[in-house]
Amino acid sequence: MSVPAIEMRDVTKAFGALAVLRGVDLVVDRSEVVCLIGPSGSGKSTLLRCVNFIESYDAGDIRIEGKLIGYHDGSGGRRPMGARELREMRREIGMVFQHFNLWPHMSALRNVAEPLRRVRGLSSTEADERARAMLARVGLIDKADVYPGYLSGGQMQRAAIARALAMQPRLMLFDEPTSALDPELVGEVLEVMRSLAAEGMTMLIVTHEMGFAAHVADRIAFIDAGRIVEQGPPRHVFHESAEPRLRQFLQTYHDRNSF
Amino acid sequence: MSFEVLWRYMPSLLGGFGVTVLCWSLGAALGLVLGFAIALLNRLRFAPLRWLLQACVEIIRGTPFLMQLFLLYAGGPFIGLRLSATTAGVVGLGLYSSAYFAEIFRGGFNAVPVGLVEAAISVGMKPFDILWRVMFPLALVAAIPAIVNMLIVLSKETVVLSIITVPELMYQMQTMAAETFTAFDSIFAMAIFYWLLVEAVSRVGRWLELRVTAFMTEKARTA
Repeated sequence: MSVPAIEMRDVTKAFGALAVLRGVDLVVDRSEVVCLIGPSGSGKSTLLRCVNFIESYDAGDIRIEGKLIGYHDGSGGRRPMGARELREMRREIGMVFQHFNLWPHMSALRNVAEPLRRVRGLSSTEADERARAMLARVGLIDKADVYPGYLSGGQMQRAAIARALAMQPRLMLFDEPTSALDPELVGEVLEVMRSLAAEGMTMLIVTHEMGFAAHVADRIAFIDAGRIVEQGPPRHVFHESAEPRLRQFLQTYHDRNSF
Repeated sequence: MSFEVLWRYMPSLLGGFGVTVLCWSLGAALGLVLGFAIALLNRLRFAPLRWLLQACVEIIRGTPFLMQLFLLYAGGPFIGLRLSATTAGVVGLGLYSSAYFAEIFRGGFNAVPVGLVEAAISVGMKPFDILWRVMFPLALVAAIPAIVNMLIVLSKETVVLSIITVPELMYQMQTMAAETFTAFDSIFAMAIFYWLLVEAVSRVGRWLELRVTAFMTEKARTA
């Protein structure tokens, strides 16, 4: 058995008195697609943000391909990881945000090329070349020189995926990538994600798109009140599990989406 | 209204105008650099430094420019700081405006959406690159109207330098008025000169504003 892409063990996190993560265990294998679902406030986004240590966790382990992120465990106990080492780990982890977070003062092409130049150290010609290839891949090559303010939500999110992907990350994190989109724009983003999954990208996805989760995920983890209370293949989580909180969550989701 | 007197004094008035523009531009440049530095240092999570800087900002903003200038020019020699009137004027303008510019830049940095910084962190960008490539351009967009506004205010604050005998426009005007008893003419001429300066500053300001916000304009659609 190879080392998993992500391995979380007993991860806890509190904002002041509010315990957001209360002992999370989750493993994502290489080339596996795992969807995190759960009610709002359950801690799923926080958990995702802990994986690349944009959010720090208080205790427990999060290992990326076997390497603990954010801390060093030594004989004297645990100490924070240095900034440089953290950067080196982060650039191998792509992240896509709910609100795209494209840099508005840079064209789509510059958004993708900028990290390649600053972080990967590519020349501007090489960076532009790879950025164009990435934009082409997400179907945005004709929008390369357009600023984010003039792209639709779906186009922005595809550009943001291209930006993350251009770094050639070992795994990708998606934080509700379609939640800020108009319903008719969701499909184009999910399509890009589906093709990524088909190519064997390791993906951890926080989502409310149950249909997408059911079709694309290898495994679904249901998180509630800071704990993973159920996980398994989509069929098990959506149809077989008797976990009461999961059933209630799915019922609420179902009620809201039926008309 | 005596154009003859104005004409006769024009060389000294133009010279004074030149000194005004020089003091203003050097003082503003110093203020912008210092203000930016203060705003940056304030971002470091080092509380004592932050308190110290904030105290300086509060003191400068809480006291009249005239008093600060006197303190610098007349009080400076007591601590071994001997500045010429013009140098004291430039340094004074710089220190005075730095407090305001620091607050303007602070506001600008605060206006940068945290998600845009997180995106830069998530790809592993270095703090310096995040600052210069992501935060600074966007902070500038938020801050530029206030910066231009402060530059205009500062251009008129230069009149205070006349009190420590900097030979700027106000000083030359007062000399002319005293020598020729033409109070109204000098005030009228002064209004014209300062209006020209302010107009020029605000035009340059508008041009700058358009430049840094180019990505939000219609042309950016196709770029």
